[in-house]
Amino acid sequence: MSRLEIPTPGQAQLVVEGLYKDLERRIESSPPGLCPVDITRAFLELCHAQTCGKCTPCRVGLWQLKNMLTDVMNGTATMEALDEMEALAKSIIDSADCAIGYEAAEMVYKSLAGCRDDYEEHIRQGRCICQSKQPVPCVALCPASVDIPGYVALVGEGRYADAIKLIRKDNPFPTTCGFICEHPCEARCRRNIVDDAVNIRGLKRVAADYAGEVDPPACAPSTGKKIAVVGGGPGGLSAAYYLQLMGHQVTVYEMLPKLGGMLRYGIPNYRLPKDRLDDDINAILKTGINVEYGKRIGKDMTIQSLRQEYDAVLITIGASTDKKLGIEGEQSEGVISAVQFLRDVGKNINPDLTGQEVAVIGGGNVSMDAVRTARRLGAKKVSIIYRRRVADMTALPAEIESAAAEGVELLTLMAPSKIEADDNGHVKGVYATPQMISKIKDGRASVKATGEKDVFIPCQTLIVAIGQDIEYQHFEEAGVPVKRGKIITEKYGGFDNIPGVFAGGDCASGPASVIKAIAAAKVVAANIDEYLGFRHTIFCDVEIPAARLDDRPSCGRVNMTEREAGVRVCDFEGVEHCMTQAEAKQEASRCLRCDHFGYGIFKGGRKNRW
Amino acid sequence: MVNITLDGMNLSVPEGTTIMEAARMNNVAIPKLCYLKGINEIAACKVCVVELEGMDKLITSCNNAVKEGMVLYTNSPKVRADRRRTVQLLLSQHNCRCATCVRSGNCTLQQVANDLNIIDLPYKERYEVTPWNKDFPLIRDSAKCIKCMRCIQICDKVQGLHIWDVVGTGSRTTVNVAGNKKITEADCALCGQCITHCPVAALRERDDTEKVWDAIADKEKIVVAQIAPAVRTAWGEALGLSRQEASVGKIADALKRMGVDYVFDTTFSADLTIMEEGNEFLERFKKGETKFRPMFTSCCPGWVRFVKTQFPHFVSQLSTAKSPQQMFGAVMKTYFAEQLGVSPEKIYTLSIMPCVAKKGEANMELFHEEYAGHDIDTVLTTRELTRMIRSAHIEAATLKDIEFDSLMREATGAGVIFGTTGGVMEAALRSAYFLVNGKNPDADAFKVVRNSMDNPLSESLGDGICEAEIDLGGKAVVHAAVVSGLANTRRLMQAIERGDVHYDFVEVMACPGGCVGGGGQPIHDGEELAVERGANLYFLDKNAKLRFSHENEDVQKLYHMYMERPLSHKAHMLLHTDHNAWNVTEE
Repeated sequence: MSRLEIPTPGQAQLVVEGLYKDLERRIESSPPGLCPVDITRAFLELCHAQTCGKCTPCRVGLWQLKNMLTDVMNGTATMEALDEMEALAKSIIDSADCAIGYEAAEMVYKSLAGCRDDYEEHIRQGRCICQSKQPVPCVALCPASVDIPGYVALVGEGRYADAIKLIRKDNPFPTTCGFICEHPCEARCRRNIVDDAVNIRGLKRVAADYAGEVDPPACAPSTGKKIAVVGGGPGGLSAAYYLQLMGHQVTVYEMLPKLGGMLRYGIPNYRLPKDRLDDDINAILKTGINVEYGKRIGKDMTIQSLRQEYDAVLITIGASTDKKLGIEGEQSEGVISAVQFLRDVGKNINPDLTGQEVAVIGGGNVSMDAVRTARRLGAKKVSIIYRRRVADMTALPAEIESAAAEGVELLTLMAPSKIEADDNGHVKGVYATPQMISKIKDGRASVKATGEKDVFIPCQTLIVAIGQDIEYQHFEEAGVPVKRGKIITEKYGGFDNIPGVFAGGDCASGPASVIKAIAAAKVVAANIDEYLGFRHTIFCDVEIPAARLDDRPSCGRVNMTEREAGVRVCDFEGVEHCMTQAEAKQEASRCLRCDHFGYGIFKGGRKNRW
Repeated sequence: MVNITLDGMNLSVPEGTTIMEAARMNNVAIPKLCYLKGINEIAACKVCVVELEGMDKLITSCNNAVKEGMVLYTNSPKVRADRRRTVQLLLSQHNCRCATCVRSGNCTLQQVANDLNIIDLPYKERYEVTPWNKDFPLIRDSAKCIKCMRCIQICDKVQGLHIWDVVGTGSRTTVNVAGNKKITEADCALCGQCITHCPVAALRERDDTEKVWDAIADKEKIVVAQIAPAVRTAWGEALGLSRQEASVGKIADALKRMGVDYVFDTTFSADLTIMEEGNEFLERFKKGETKFRPMFTSCCPGWVRFVKTQFPHFVSQLSTAKSPQQMFGAVMKTYFAEQLGVSPEKIYTLSIMPCVAKKGEANMELFHEEYAGHDIDTVLTTRELTRMIRSAHIEAATLKDIEFDSLMREATGAGVIFGTTGGVMEAALRSAYFLVNGKNPDADAFKVVRNSMDNPLSESLGDGICEAEIDLGGKAVVHAAVVSGLANTRRLMQAIERGDVHYDFVEVMACPGGCVGGGGQPIHDGEELAVERGANLYFLDKNAKLRFSHENEDVQKLYHMYMERPLSHKAHMLLHTDHNAWNVTEE
């Protein structure tokens, strides 16, 4: 009757669409350590199910590849079969008509090339070299191995102080991390298979907000050993905290007027209110740590002098110098590094940017901190200049969103080429070369110049946020190995040729996250204790609630809300609202307790001491 | 106390009790497969599921505690259907040829499937086939493994050797030797605890009974058997005899009726061991050798294998005395052969042991080549003995309590307690006291070293280590330690290594509770019988005519007629060994 019809998807199709979503989330939370051969075979099965059936290479070729992979898994394939597989995959890549075919074959090709050992082990020995070693994904992915299911359950029961105690066993910065942890723990949260990852960081924030003041545990009897820690950032303070609990006497040398390092002088107040940072630091200091403020290594003391005075020395100086752009005009007045800019603001030396145009170069988290701070300092217009796309920025998506909400302009695909100064030598703008996105290299989209003329972006302040380095001159002179702007330690955090000296945190790893610095601090604290001839353990005897046995129906994730953008840009107060207790209870109940269910109860083994 | 409703009954049970335990306390036996109290409470098999009112998903009863107000059903339609399907799934990957299985009739899977009245399988069946060296004393049949993970847990938690692990990933995940090794390359002590804790026949000892039947049939061979002390405490369990009925004399009768020519009691050579090891200890002790590191007993081949792979720098501290089994073999092929007037090669030595590691020990190289072959030709576990008796269709009730053969008949209570933890130490101290003072102590004077392990596999695992300071008189104060179970042993060894503790003499037995709990003993799923069986040995000791090894007249006669004296050159050649002469793992 009708000449045209509006197509409506059938019921079955709708269900399949839903299943695709389910599968997407499942793949996202896939446990690490699975056999690449088996996974490739499984993926290929799905790819083959997608074939339209028109072209031979895809319709038949994928099936044959799958058979060959199955033979490898069954231990019935020969080494020659690997060459045949590679050849067949190449043929499909070359001859399939559409992406369904050639990309599927590409996947097998990549797997064969990159995971050759796995294939060969299956063929030659009939066995697999892979093993699932991460039974509880959040704990496995937390660099500091914090007992996440444990404290989530405690928050769920309203036992906030116990939650803080449990977190401190592995991380003495629960409040700080409740605000600004990058939460790698959430990436493969198994709850994602059901609906969405548990808001783990949010629940930590709840614990910190509702616990009140929680004292640290008592220190072990004094060992009489003295340890110097150079640098009072999160790494240095964490190590000092654990060493102090182990009964050693720690002295922290801090070059700035207050403790906290990048937490105080890098991360703006609106993300981590300083009084909240002080909550963590005060608890840490309660263990009896001595602090020497305003002392800079290489100037006020040396590694040699510290080695003489102390039984062990720990270097945790962070990465607090900036990287240079290396373009013309960088010396102009008004060009400032993000590190310097944020440190000044941290010291309450606030530059007046009222009415100014401010440009910030870089797409990382520090860049977001700089633009949002500049906005709060009264700048008329704040722009991020970035040579790639928003999707390529290394900043957390939430940070980019918040910056955009606060009216920050994102000038992407612009590569700064020259800084223009006025007659007084003061910056008046930056030239940038327009870029277009191009081929993907090493997993990241590259850019190339479009050939258009450079554009001029006027600004009276230009902030450079393209990375940080360490101040390594003194260490190099003292014989501490330094390479590419990092202190190179052995795996135990020390140096074979300089006994008693250890290093950790950003200065040894390169600029990383708070939680990684804390993780490194645990390692060096344990190894310094061992070096001094002790075997103290850090433990927490808080009893973890038993896993609830209720069904786990799908339930939305409680996301954190923020103050209205238009209001929050007028001050430096915290922007993020905490969850309510009711929200926290619900969110905690979403935890699937991988420590009790699944592989966790077998191989998880709650570590209540280290 | 927590109030719950279980299958309609209102119950009050202590807080923290698991649902399974609460049910058991009220005579409701929830079926289970993977569960092993205190060791493996991981909800892997899902056979123990129950329904909790108000919930859609079933919950496992083995690892979840009761909560106030719970309304539970252990046999609701949903539970029955899901449990049945779960067992059917397990059966679809288990080689169910029960007629040819050593665990038939004593298989937990068979029991559960039979109880659920499963008479057909709706699923496609597929067994995992992985190669295994059938010459190794421990055999794993992957086609029977139900992945309960008990072997992994026993080896990890009780024996601390980590021989087994989960291998592979995803759909191919299975259990096998850890680290992708072959069993011959692993540091397996051959304790056999994984076997006695396997619910099916995925793990078993190498069956050597046919070799024995062949030897019996061979007219050229004189089959000479010995029976270890611990065997007498357990062999009747599998044949329906009570501990009182199942005397060791009846084993002798069974062996004779099967055609074995001579039957002796290993207790004789345990006494002989005391003569050698006791004198060796006093010699080392007097020389001051034990001031630095102790002398360790060497009777337990599981322990010897363990020390060789885990603490090789301690091997020189082992007593060089052979174990009673090996000593007896050597005596049978020399002294006894001479008495019979036959060449050693005609003697076929058979030993009945509670142990799998003894099969490995029998295989090790001779130190001195007095005769061809080995001290011991074949070792049978207690389980193989009972299978032989059954295959000879001997009615256990008709067995008579006969005497052992003469010449090496006498056996003391001191030798009998070799089969339980602390026994070797106690026996050695009894004779050492005599050697120092020239007179006997009270036979029970050293009962302090009886390693009291109420239930070695319970949560109260305790430290499993017993230590004592023994005044032998004449200024000789011996610091002694006794340990059983290899995880406990590792802890003790580390403490000795660090210098935290010092002992002169240490007795180690690899199996929790000693040989009575050995890996070759009859299997009772979920029961740990070492303590009960050990009590049986202490009873025999208490009532023995002689309770001191040095009073064994047949042993004295052996010295008089053949070995000259303890630690003589001849004794060294035949009764001692070189622990460095062989390797545990394949190169």
